Amino acid sequence: MTINEIQDEIIDEFSLFGDWMERYEYIIDLGKNLPLIDEQYKTDDYLVRGCQSRVWLHARLDEQGKVQYTADSDAVITKGIIALLIRVLSGHAPREILDAELYFIDRIGLKEHLSPTRSNGLVSMLKQMKMYALAFQKQLEKI
Amino acid sequence: MTAPAIRPSPFDVARVRADFPILQRQMNGQPLVFLDSAASSQKPVQVLEAMDRYYRQHHANVHRGVYQLSQEATDMFEEARRAVARFIHAPSEEEVIFVRGTTEAINLVASSFGRSFLKEGDEVLITWMEHHSNIVPWQLICEQTGARLRVVPISDEGVLDMEAFAKMIEGPVKIVAVTHVSNTLGTVNPIRQIVDMAHERGIPVLADGAQAVPHMPIDVQALDVDFYAFSGHKMYGPTGIGVLYGKRQWLEKMPPYHGGGEMIARVTFEKTTWNELPFKFEAGTPDIAGTVGLHAAIDYIESVGREAIAAHEGELLRYGMELLAPIPGMRLIGTAPKKAGVISFVVDGAHPYDLGTLLDKMGIAVRTGHHCTEPLMDRFGVPGTVRASLGIYNTPEELEYLAKAVEKAAHMLR
Repeated sequence: MTINEIQDEIIDEFSLFGDWMERYEYIIDLGKNLPLIDEQYKTDDYLVRGCQSRVWLHARLDEQGKVQYTADSDAVITKGIIALLIRVLSGHAPREILDAELYFIDRIGLKEHLSPTRSNGLVSMLKQMKMYALAFQKQLEKI
Repeated sequence: MTAPAIRPSPFDVARVRADFPILQRQMNGQPLVFLDSAASSQKPVQVLEAMDRYYRQHHANVHRGVYQLSQEATDMFEEARRAVARFIHAPSEEEVIFVRGTTEAINLVASSFGRSFLKEGDEVLITWMEHHSNIVPWQLICEQTGARLRVVPISDEGVLDMEAFAKMIEGPVKIVAVTHVSNTLGTVNPIRQIVDMAHERGIPVLADGAQAVPHMPIDVQALDVDFYAFSGHKMYGPTGIGVLYGKRQWLEKMPPYHGGGEMIARVTFEKTTWNELPFKFEAGTPDIAGTVGLHAAIDYIESVGREAIAAHEGELLRYGMELLAPIPGMRLIGTAPKKAGVISFVVDGAHPYDLGTLLDKMGIAVRTGHHCTEPLMDRFGVPGTVRASLGIYNTPEELEYLAKAVEKAAHMLR
């Protein structure tokens, strides 16, 4: 699936929820079930500092030239949103990630979590995800 | 100007609420429950109207004009200063300096006092429960002068360790800077006792009154503090205006903080002489409308009654802590016997950010995070807390709703 197909799938899923509680219960579940980042990467080197919650992010380029992200957060709602971001962006080529326009966050009513003033680490994390993609892209161009 | 309305006692919270237009708003489809007054309080219509009237009818720059409008603005500005002096029982209005807020007031003292009186080997004494704005200005001046910052510890309840203070004050301390009420814990510190101990050694004391002024009567002469700093926007006044009270004996010895117009007596390229107090510390055009709003806020607080406000909020604080305490996994942070305005807590298994997010969905405005007191968070071993802070307009029903909402949110998160 393309990045946009995944975004549309998530929007479809969220359209089934009646109210904010169902939406957040789902995000909290996602947060709880997110495969954790490998302990060796849960260090300050991989920490994306937010004022409110902390986020750890690691990325690698797999044999097929796709970016694989893993991440964690100390706040479960932040973590749930990370799970969605990873579902959308992970497993794609660096170029696709760089070109991606993330519209699903807005459409599923979670825009407020991606406001820079929220300071939960998500905005910085998203930037960091793109930075990784950029670095991998450069690496691929050199080969 | 209209005289403040006389209110019937006892305290009538419904009538107070009617004065605050913003409380009519809904958040996420729920009535707004505003529990973040420690960050910034809401404004009564009396303050809004006073500022609006000032701009519509009386605005001109102060102190310089020979025309009537400038005189009117100057009168209103200086009346506000007199109102502040009365409000905190300052001996004279020359000791009341208008600043942008508590942060600027502390920076002014740290910089101006520090440049004159601090040198290498000296010490500045603060406490573990200070807001960053009563830590960082001192760190900056310590870096410049070679003085050392020392920190008085606190107990697990959030009470200042006065035995440690008694020992530390014996060092080469040149100034003590302490919060009157902790913005994170709510602890009310024994300012008078601290002042007496410091004064025995001739050491001045600055009290950060940002969280005290909205909640209790303040008498700077009874406290005998040398400096007292507070903000207008936490006491139902506008943002951008605050007060530094300072004893004349210190203010006269301190050099100006900022240079510019208003603060000078005579300027030549060779030498400039300073204006007298308080103008020496008020460079540039002040926030005139802000002082008018602050004056209206003082009138408002006095019309409701400061003792009545303290009693109402004291009762709310006790009730709120009683409602929250039994929630499974609840840990109240800050349980000093003397508290004001603030209930800080964490719930096991629920990150403060998550709790705050879910409370917001239920219409409740609380603050989450470290509240600009990171050393304090480290002291209690938590990444942050949820802080519900009280204002004149809060009700017992709102706290009942908060307790139910916290329980529901904690349940969702576990």
